[in-house]
Amino acid sequence: MSDPNKPAALDRSDSRVRHDEGIGGAIRAFVDRVRSGDLGMLPVAVGLVLISAVFASLNPVFLAPNNLVNLLFDAAAVGCISLGIVCVLILGEIDLSVGSMSGLASALIGVLWANMGLPVAVAILAALAAGAVMGMIYATLLNRFGMPSFVSTLSGLLALLGMQLYILGPTGSINLSYNSALVKFGQILIMPHWLSLLLAILPGVVMVVNGLSVMRRRAAANLSSPGLSVLLAKAGLLTAALLIAVVYLNQGRGVPYMFGLFVLLVVVMNYLLTRTKWGRSMFAVGGNREAARRSGINVNRIRMSAFMLCSSLAALGGVLASARLATASQQAGTGDVNLNAIAAAVIGGTSLFGGRGSAWSALLGILVIQAISNGLTLLNLSSSLRYMITGAVLAIAVIVDSLARQSRASHGRG
Amino acid sequence: MATSQPTTHAAKGEPILKLRGVSKQFGAVSALTDIDLDINAGEVVALVGDNGAGKSTLVKVLAGVHQPTAGSIEFMGQPVTLDSPGKALEMGIATVFQDLALCENLDVVANLFLGHELKPWALDEVQMEVRAWTLLRELAARIPSVREPIASLSGGQRQTVAIARSLLLDPKIIMLDEPTAALGVAQTAEVLNLIERVRDRGHGVVLISHNMEDVRAVADRIVVLRLGRNNGIFTAETSNSELVAAITGATENAVSRRRARKEELEQPA
Ligand SMILES: Nc1ncnc2c1ncn2[C@@H]1O[C@H](COP(=O)(O)OP(=O)(O)O)[C@@H](O)[C@H]1O
Ligand SMILES: [Mg+2]
Repeated sequence: MSDPNKPAALDRSDSRVRHDEGIGGAIRAFVDRVRSGDLGMLPVAVGLVLISAVFASLNPVFLAPNNLVNLLFDAAAVGCISLGIVCVLILGEIDLSVGSMSGLASALIGVLWANMGLPVAVAILAALAAGAVMGMIYATLLNRFGMPSFVSTLSGLLALLGMQLYILGPTGSINLSYNSALVKFGQILIMPHWLSLLLAILPGVVMVVNGLSVMRRRAAANLSSPGLSVLLAKAGLLTAALLIAVVYLNQGRGVPYMFGLFVLLVVVMNYLLTRTKWGRSMFAVGGNREAARRSGINVNRIRMSAFMLCSSLAALGGVLASARLATASQQAGTGDVNLNAIAAAVIGGTSLFGGRGSAWSALLGILVIQAISNGLTLLNLSSSLRYMITGAVLAIAVIVDSLARQSRASHGRG
Repeated sequence: MATSQPTTHAAKGEPILKLRGVSKQFGAVSALTDIDLDINAGEVVALVGDNGAGKSTLVKVLAGVHQPTAGSIEFMGQPVTLDSPGKALEMGIATVFQDLALCENLDVVANLFLGHELKPWALDEVQMEVRAWTLLRELAARIPSVREPIASLSGGQRQTVAIARSLLLDPKIIMLDEPTAALGVAQTAEVLNLIERVRDRGHGVVLISHNMEDVRAVADRIVVLRLGRNNGIFTAETSNSELVAAITGATENAVSRRRARKEELEQPA
């Protein structure tokens, strides 16, 4: 950039803007963003470290590799549900029925597969289809009748729970075979160590390859780039963190395939939200619905896609939960499932007010929620206390969200 | 791109859009009654009228935002129904809305290309950013960074972004609802230049403005709306008092009374 013979980059012609270059610049830009209320993943990262430190000091078992492996097994199901919640939250909507939807899905698995003997794939597809239909109903109620999603999904919560109890019948609980692939997937299937190590290195490699190609294209188009050092530093940090985590988990049983599936879904969703027209439209509708409509975006269709995705992911979460517990019962999806899924998304940094959020918030948020739940269980605290503490954590996350929003407004960052 | 493409649009003076008897009711309020309007290729039509005269409503009807309660619209000789903003955009009717209709949570590039992103399944951010800078340069825009959210821009900068967005799709007609209200002197001149450039390329332009000087500078025809009805068509040569009379609906009006008072003061006995 300092070469006097080269014309200024297309995006570097305004002298009023401080152009952050190199690693120092990247850090400075990050601090600026946080100060103005654009907190991103910072609160959840800090929260995760704090919570881990507290629980580890109260009970050293918390950090034992195999406890963390269990934690990951537990996180996958509600994490999937939370990923769907991210979609509807970005639109500024809500789905309060995800818990019941997951319960109905696990009941469907029990009835169709364990009781009626249909192939497991058919049962899973039926559960996902039930989710898609439910999402379609919510979106139609919103699009056609302007029924707020808060109300429609609250009534859906009860209706789906009723359906779950109805199809489970008087016995109320169906056991799934421990020898089945589904239950093995939910309880014992672990990645071979070489595979988990490979997967830990992959993101960093993709980041560098992708970053280099973007830098080349930006340079060709006479646009500036943050520089190679920033890219390498980011990729290096990420790879180091992932490698440490995976090597540590491999001291115990290793990385569960089920958690791998959840992370894969997060990565796909992140791509869809940030790199496609559909994702752009989602954020536009969440930010300013009328402006999105006037840009030619089919708002009704976007809402339809978001609600269908949310309910389908909730159903998938239900399938994973039934695999994890090896049972389809009346309790599936009740209790704190709903709250945990919503809390995870919000704790992870997806705003309740619409227009901002990220697929990663489901991943980080569910780790926080699951760490709390796991830590309290290790301390032999009853679920009553667990509920109260999770409720308080959600309240704190919403307060952080509201404060950050006010701060953004006063710093002119929407 | 806005100025580079040679256009295949209608020849100069050929009608692009024809409105006959268009009415729009909001409940008990008749915002538009029996409006006739012609928009021709290579012509600038100025739409003037007092606050609440129905100018923005008329523009929104043409942008597909509101559906008219009565009347017919012809586009390039074909009767059409503009039942969604997407359809109007597709036909080549681009609009700069009075409220700008930008998404504050998205950055400048995202707003410019909203609904028309390059490569829908693998967004071409580099290409979009280049085109964004080129478009904004054409408007002599002062935007520090196209990667900042719209919320961080000033009113004038936002207006520029909205204008740039309307040019993106190389429309046949561009409608600007008070586009210079928040702009500085230089930027206003730039927008007027732009309007002339767009007109010279054979596009139709509809300009809404309260600034009679700007209107006279670029308009081929001045269409006056009053209380939701047509109230005469004038040209840039029309005298100011005649225009004001048409806008306010009386030769005896607040503006003329004010001028009379001023003249009295200036020539004391
Ligand atoms: N969405 C709406 N609902 C009800 N009334 C409206 C709406 N939009 C405009 N109006 C009414 O229509 C009339 C014309 O408004 P508008 O077209 O905005 O005027 P102008 O742009 O000429 O100042 C006003 O009386 C206004 O109150
Ligand atoms: Mg108006």
